[in-house]
Amino acid sequence: MAEWMQWLVEPFRYEFMLRGLWASLIVGVVCPVLGTYVVLRGMAFLGDALAHIILPGVVIAFMIGWPLPVGALIIGVVAALSIGAIGRRADIKEDAAIGVVFAGAFALGVALISVQRSYAVDLAHILFGNLLGVSTADIRLMLGLGAIVMLAIFAFYKEFLVLSFDPVLAATLRLPVAFLQNMLLVLLAIVIVISLQAVGVALVLAMLVTPASAALLLARRLPVMMLLSAGIGVFSALVGLYLSYYADIVSGSAIVLVATLFFGVVFLFAPRKGILSSLLRRNLG
Amino acid sequence: MAQLITRPPSHDREAPALSMEAVHFEYDGTVVLRSVTAEIQAGELVAIVGPNGAGKTTLLKIVAGVLKPDQGSVRVFGHRPGGHVCIAYVPQRSQVDLSFPVTVAEVVMMGRIRKIGPFRWPSKADWTFVRQALQRVGMSEFAERQIGELSGGQQQRVFLAQALAQEAEIILLDEPFTGLDISSQEAILSMLQELKASSVAILVSTHDLSLANQRFDRVMLLNRRLIAFGVPAEVFIRPNLLEAYGGHVHDLPEAGGTMVLAEPCCGDDAEAERG
Repeated sequence: MAEWMQWLVEPFRYEFMLRGLWASLIVGVVCPVLGTYVVLRGMAFLGDALAHIILPGVVIAFMIGWPLPVGALIIGVVAALSIGAIGRRADIKEDAAIGVVFAGAFALGVALISVQRSYAVDLAHILFGNLLGVSTADIRLMLGLGAIVMLAIFAFYKEFLVLSFDPVLAATLRLPVAFLQNMLLVLLAIVIVISLQAVGVALVLAMLVTPASAALLLARRLPVMMLLSAGIGVFSALVGLYLSYYADIVSGSAIVLVATLFFGVVFLFAPRKGILSSLLRRNLG
Repeated sequence: MAQLITRPPSHDREAPALSMEAVHFEYDGTVVLRSVTAEIQAGELVAIVGPNGAGKTTLLKIVAGVLKPDQGSVRVFGHRPGGHVCIAYVPQRSQVDLSFPVTVAEVVMMGRIRKIGPFRWPSKADWTFVRQALQRVGMSEFAERQIGELSGGQQQRVFLAQALAQEAEIILLDEPFTGLDISSQEAILSMLQELKASSVAILVSTHDLSLANQRFDRVMLLNRRLIAFGVPAEVFIRPNLLEAYGGHVHDLPEAGGTMVLAEPCCGDDAEAERG
């Protein structure tokens, strides 16, 4: 076998690396695809907040012996729906409401962890992911939840498109606007749960926002943006894993760093919307 | 176009296309619209004029169903507008995100998604509809462009095509002429004439009183309440204009009579900001 192939195959001789690969590929596809809506609808702060709000759910599930994703999912969906409800009231601005819920829930989560024995290790795993500790059951769950998210995005493609592009048209066409908005929030909560083990609470936002933002600079149609976003996500996951293995960096951070670097390159060199091409245009035109 | 419009059976053909009965709307305790009552027939081209903050955009949004009136009701062909998709509303163009990755043809297709129904994708016939709508507004060659690459007038025509693709029988346009050059204005006006000929009811808000005077069947003069509603010659008389625009009215002596000139400011309506 050629040396470079040896180099490529080497990490995946280990079962845990192979499982990590699967998990990161699932995250690398699902997160960036839903992320296109997060970017287009300006939901980045909400996404970050939801990720942090999920922390106490994970801890409580751990304490009462439930599967962690179940606890995360329950609190995530509840939080998503209540933020949606708060946001529809006029007396508190939505971002402030999100901030209150987000910081409060996160503090509760940290407090709950701190009374546990293995505080430091557990907190680090939840904050930054533990890709190499993913079990086969975890992967099955991620795959199932990921399939649900992708199916929903596919099934409601044109409705989500109209809702995101032109909310007034959505209302004129009598689309069920509140239902669709809530569904997007629930999908967001599910995706965060899926990503928890791969990149952790602190970095989920990067997988939601970074590939989709790079894709937005390259695409002029939403389906293309979704494909590119998923492609960038998968690329980041793969390269990040190698980086993690050979440079001994925490896997979640490695994946996010690759995605960020990718975004930087696109930001500078994108054919139409990149910095360089607009500079060139200005000078030539 | 007439054969393209399929009418849902629920329509009461005897009833006017649109009737507003004592429509009342308040925002933050301020009365925006006071008891507006008016009827508009199929095939009528009606202008809504009035000063900034007169409630023009609010009235259009209520008719569209985007806002709910606090009192009164809007009837569409004799029925409440809930669930009706035969109304198309073309808002001021500044209100959509023009950097959105969507092509012109896709924007037009958005008008049809209720007709297509949930869990289904546009059929060949739907795309044919979109092509025809774009052709009617003279935008066929731009079908694959991104929406943000078009000029203001072109975007306006695309949103009009969207209303056509929706097979709307009532079309509401909010300030479609603001900031357009004369030829784009004319293009939209002649399109409205065609729609009128296929008995679509059209309601247009505008700041341009002379346009309203010359090119529309009837005019609604609005300032929080309906000051006058009728043919332009009856509406554009000095007492009405004074009531709508207050002191900003001047008389200009002219051959064959007196021309009354009002000074509606040309900025965006303050009310439009509220969304």
